[in-house]
Amino acid sequence: MKIEVKNLTKKYRDKVALENVSFTLDEPKIYGLLGRNGAGKTTFMNILSGQILASGGEILIDGENPFDNQRLTESICLIKEGNNFKKDLKVRNVLKIYSYFYPNWDQELADYMLKEYHLHLNTKVKALSKGMESALGIIVGLASKAPITIFDEPYIGLDAPSRKRFYEILLEEYQTEKRTIIFSTHLIDEVSLMFEEVLILSEGSLVLKEEADALRRNTYAVSGTIEEVERFITGKDILDSKQLVGMMTAYVYGNAEEAKQSGLQVEGIPIQELMIHLTEKKRGA
Amino acid sequence: MKNTLDDNKPIFLQIKEQIEDSIIDGNLKAGNRAPSTNEFAKFYNINPATAGKGINELVAEEILYKRRGVGMFVTENAKEILIEKRKKLFYESYMLPLKMEAHKLRMSTDELIEMVQREDNE
Repeated sequence: MKIEVKNLTKKYRDKVALENVSFTLDEPKIYGLLGRNGAGKTTFMNILSGQILASGGEILIDGENPFDNQRLTESICLIKEGNNFKKDLKVRNVLKIYSYFYPNWDQELADYMLKEYHLHLNTKVKALSKGMESALGIIVGLASKAPITIFDEPYIGLDAPSRKRFYEILLEEYQTEKRTIIFSTHLIDEVSLMFEEVLILSEGSLVLKEEADALRRNTYAVSGTIEEVERFITGKDILDSKQLVGMMTAYVYGNAEEAKQSGLQVEGIPIQELMIHLTEKKRGA
Repeated sequence: MKNTLDDNKPIFLQIKEQIEDSIIDGNLKAGNRAPSTNEFAKFYNINPATAGKGINELVAEEILYKRRGVGMFVTENAKEILIEKRKKLFYESYMLPLKMEAHKLRMSTDELIEMVQREDNE
């Protein structure tokens, strides 16, 4: 499904959560939505899934507004970091309700994952540990088979092996049937290899939207003496820089292969680090 | 075969280089089946589309060919093509850094040549 975001703005009283954000997601891909706390990620996902209204601009999904839109709501599944389900319901009831709601619901997958995560059908949500509740969220998200599935920091309390299993199942599902998956997390190093495209929000604005591999190719860190590096980076697009007794590292937008010809030390930048530099710059400006 | 991939280098390139290395080392021979997109995705927990991009480039360079419904296979000339390609990159990737390091250590060209000629078991 095509997602068009046009001049999207959201204000909470006098606090601006999103300001004039515009972009389009054309294809079913795995998108990484990154940014610091308070960057506007959760607000964006809430508007996208039709849960709240924008203050200005709009989101269109296949040309329609998702707010209060039954047909679209069936196509979108948002799993948040907690409180996804009513506390008094049993696991069995939660799954039943979602299976009625989502037309593509995959009961086989849900059953399989229940076993993987050792969840029992008769346990009430309020009796689940944090990690178990997160596991239930992940199960619902994947089994919904919603054409737009959104995970907003879905694994609070979930241990490392369980998270790894989640990534594996997510990729298996994605391989079997492509769908738009929007993934927002602070554990970027763990998941960045799954992203096809990365979006970075900073203080309510979109600062970057780029293919993940293009980012890895078109950004680099260059190190040397201050003089050498300063000379090298003149006229280039600089993200950030730091110095250490006469030495300097600059983070640059540009082709790393070309930079290697300069004789200076050139390294790639992991996406997590890139996000830090990009959002630092915005704050400093 | 690497255990994990690096996040600071394009993933499709790393996939591509792994297959290339296997062919040059002789672990993947002409006519052998190469790992599929899905096998790579599963092994490294990477996006299948990204793995596919690396494999497709190898098809375009005639290193791999597709047998519909069966998988990707190593072409007859793959190893020769790759050795030629790597030779072209050898100067940039190995000689230049070698010379730069030698220069830093104030080594003369003669010293370098002497080292290249030295027997490895010395």
